[in-house]
Amino acid sequence: MFEIGLGHYLTVAAILFTLGIFGIFLNRKNVIIILMSIELMLLAVNINFVAFSTHLQDLVGQIFALFVLTVAAAEAAIGLAILVVFFRNRGSIEVEDINMMKG
Amino acid sequence: MIIQALAFYLFAAVTVAAGVMVVSARNPVHSVLFLILAFFNSAGLFVLMGAEFLAMILVVVYVGAVAVLFLFVVMMLDINFVRMREGFLQYLPLGGMIGLILLVELVMVGGAWIVSPAAETAALHPAAPAGELHNTRALGGVIYTDYIYLFQAAGLILLVAMIGAIVLTLRQREGVRRQSISRQTSRTRAESVEIKQVPSRSGV
Repeated sequence: MFEIGLGHYLTVAAILFTLGIFGIFLNRKNVIIILMSIELMLLAVNINFVAFSTHLQDLVGQIFALFVLTVAAAEAAIGLAILVVFFRNRGSIEVEDINMMKG
Repeated sequence: MIIQALAFYLFAAVTVAAGVMVVSARNPVHSVLFLILAFFNSAGLFVLMGAEFLAMILVVVYVGAVAVLFLFVVMMLDINFVRMREGFLQYLPLGGMIGLILLVELVMVGGAWIVSPAAETAALHPAAPAGELHNTRALGGVIYTDYIYLFQAAGLILLVAMIGAIVLTLRQREGVRRQSISRQTSRTRAESVEIKQVPSRSGV
């Protein structure tokens, strides 16, 4: 109970990841919340990486977490830019309206 | 030991609660603020695990850049958020079921699974014993030697993302009067000034 080990951190990460998935299903209309849910899931993955890295005394996990962080920042910037352009063209960000590229 | 455990439970509880609020808050601005809270508390978790550098990077990158970017976009776009909440309860059973299934699966994986004893000795870059080398320096020693190409590639990804975001959101609007310095300075006297001989008392 008072001995905090790998399992505790993995549990927190699992709960956060599930919350991210749950958020995507719950906010089917709002793209901004979906992007935030993706950020939550990436955070959960990072917690997993760091937990294993410190548990196994191996630094590579932390370096991978650093790269995940980089890609997450780039993804957020591009995603929000696309969102702004889409809102400028259509005046809405509802997911149901995003069907212009339907084949 | 007990203080560490208490700190862990505090950070974990606040992180999970903030995560719940992110996906369920009525106002997206509140969602972003709860996201910032979740990031701060996971930075606390990282410190507890002994990854101080990543914790600080998490605060700087996520709270300082990503979350503020979200905040800007949420506040800049004029969106009817009430209409977006429609169907929230309709998707609740499906989302809850899938989330529950996933959580049960993750717990089953985590419960039935043990770290192989050989993994302890197979470390690619073993961390130095505590107190000998601090986390930032150890990470730097690995990232600037063995992972230098990946590090450069990460920089390239950020550059491409920056240019992409600028190109996507840049727009040329018609009918906007802009200052064109080259046109201003290349005007000659002949094309901008005309001298008229005006006879007295007859008007121009």
